[in-house]
Amino acid sequence: MSEFVYVTYIRTTPEALWEALTKPEFTRLYWFGVSMESTWEKGTPWKMIYPDGRITDSGKVLEVDKPRRLVLKWRNEFMPELTAEGFSRCTFEIESANGVVKLTILHEIDVPESKLVKAVSGGWPKILSSLKSLLETGKAIEQKPAR
Amino acid sequence: MSMDAVFKALGDPSRRELLDRLHARNGQTLGELCEGQDMTRQAVTKHLGILEDANLVVTRKRGREKLHYLNPVPIHEVADRWISKYERSRLRALSDLKKQFEGKTEN
Repeated sequence: MSEFVYVTYIRTTPEALWEALTKPEFTRLYWFGVSMESTWEKGTPWKMIYPDGRITDSGKVLEVDKPRRLVLKWRNEFMPELTAEGFSRCTFEIESANGVVKLTILHEIDVPESKLVKAVSGGWPKILSSLKSLLETGKAIEQKPAR
Repeated sequence: MSMDAVFKALGDPSRRELLDRLHARNGQTLGELCEGQDMTRQAVTKHLGILEDANLVVTRKRGREKLHYLNPVPIHEVADRWISKYERSRLRALSDLKKQFEGKTEN
């Protein structure tokens, strides 16, 4: 098993955070320009599309409880050695407490020393820091495109 | 989650050592984090509490175990506050160079 857990506290509402995570017009602003696309219903596919049109990651929606919990089956689609590791699981948990919202991201895969988990773990802190800035100040942090 | 808490938590070598251990291997129990430490279990618990308050360490329950994870998000928030997009790539190049010359991590 390889996994990481990242947590950030954001001064926003669970509804606004949910929108920011699931609407491509928002994800593009803080997530290296990527569009996260899906209807976000249980069992439906989702995909991550880079600004150049490549589908970099995709999977299925495993659980959805708007605006509290979203679980995605997740596979990388453009680096063969990562694709070979198969599906990982990414859980988003949104909890509200004292005017702040706690966002927990748990990404796990049943592969020891997973390259996928290593690859995504590097990106998340930047994405989350930019997401926090976007929701709290209306401005995302400028990023260079990743990978 | 204040920046004061982050700096206070990082301002102690024992706590940085605990973060190093989690960086080397994420998701450890209290028992594992105490192994080979000069500190008492009580002291490790106290340091982990301060790291958790600063959101630098996050815990999850798995079965009966409570696992500790390194959460680098607040460190990024600190960096994003002062490092502009222009400086970032140059600083990364400098930091890579420094690592290459020194061949080890800083304490």
